[in-house]
Amino acid sequence: MIKKLVISSKNVDFLNKINELSGETITLCDQCGTCSGSCPMVSEMDITPSQMMRMVQLGQMEVMDTKAMWICASCFACTVRCPRGLDLAKVAEALRQVKLREAIDHIDIKKIPEDEVRRLPQIALVSSFRKFTG
Amino acid sequence: MKIPYYPGCSLKTTAQNFEISALAVAKTLGIELIELPRWNCCGTVSSLTSDDLMHHLAPIRNLVRAEEMSENLGGDEYKLVTLCSMCFNVLKRSNLRVKENPDELKKINDFMYLEKDYSGRVEVIHFLELLREIGFQKVKEKVKNPLSGLKVAPYYGCLLLRPKEIGIDDPEDPTVQVEILAALGAEIVNNPFKTRCCGSYQTVQDKYAVAELAYDILSRAQKEGAEFVTTCCPLCMFNLADRQKEVVEKYPEFRSIPVLYITQLMAVAFDLDEKYYGFDLNYVDPRPILKEKGVIR
Repeated sequence: MIKKLVISSKNVDFLNKINELSGETITLCDQCGTCSGSCPMVSEMDITPSQMMRMVQLGQMEVMDTKAMWICASCFACTVRCPRGLDLAKVAEALRQVKLREAIDHIDIKKIPEDEVRRLPQIALVSSFRKFTG
Repeated sequence: MKIPYYPGCSLKTTAQNFEISALAVAKTLGIELIELPRWNCCGTVSSLTSDDLMHHLAPIRNLVRAEEMSENLGGDEYKLVTLCSMCFNVLKRSNLRVKENPDELKKINDFMYLEKDYSGRVEVIHFLELLREIGFQKVKEKVKNPLSGLKVAPYYGCLLLRPKEIGIDDPEDPTVQVEILAALGAEIVNNPFKTRCCGSYQTVQDKYAVAELAYDILSRAQKEGAEFVTTCCPLCMFNLADRQKEVVEKYPEFRSIPVLYITQLMAVAFDLDEKYYGFDLNYVDPRPILKEKGVIR
């Protein structure tokens, strides 16, 4: 079955915005899947890193409602292996930033259980706040 | 040899055992690591967007401190040593960015107009690189208490190795810890998951996902015969060691395994005073196995 996709100027704007924020040329991705095969967190994600790249290529803003970008741990395993030289960690960061810059935090600091706050080293708390709050 | 040293937050709190052991080990090797005055948080993670310069201020301010200190020390080298892998990655990454983008450096310098301008000449290095530079042979010469028969699986994690332009070793097959442990006389166990992410900051929002990764990494090391795992990162330490509590909840058959900073094993091998080992801060106490092996009394 052939599915026809219509790409509007809105979709192109979204792609351009993510290109600009990440500094990457996302259309270079040829969907080989190396990133998804390298990702240690992929089993926790709703879409794989390569699907995330495809959605951004097509300017599909629904990607903003997926969990994958919030599960990325910025470990750069995909970055060092991408045969197209793309830095997916930067793309995931750009997507997170679009939300965070709208003042929509991903985690609520008040909801972290007290016993966890006592246990967690500050390196964990600071990095998590840096990635998940605006 | 005196070198400016940036500790970062964890080395003063949860990872005090890393700092105490590393400083003592360095001293034994004739290196004096001098703590930067008025250092500030590095930010822990690098800001990856193209337009965000604000989050590079903190790391660059530390580099200003390092430059000042190097000038005071009077050498012609401008090096800054870190122990924590995350601090290393963030400081080196911001440094590289401003070196490659003079316009951005100017903006940052203009913004921090009360500080001296940063020139870009500091070189951020990790303690393991410093050891490589002075030579593993020199490390071997200081060993008084060889770790014979100790089966150790080095774990590198992400931020010492990736991305490539920042990493201190081959991102797929690093060897620096192997060389050090070999110099200490330990038996090295190769863990295929040595460069796999521990889950990093995800430990705050999903501790069980991180426990899953810790289980994969640690149980694989055990399967290969390891009795100890070594690391250089306080966050990897928490995720691999303290999260063993959650690992056992999920996998009751899991046997706990001590995770150590590599400098702690160096302190043992150099036969330094036990106050420099800092084992009280390790989640799984390594002393019973070390005693059993006759490495410590």
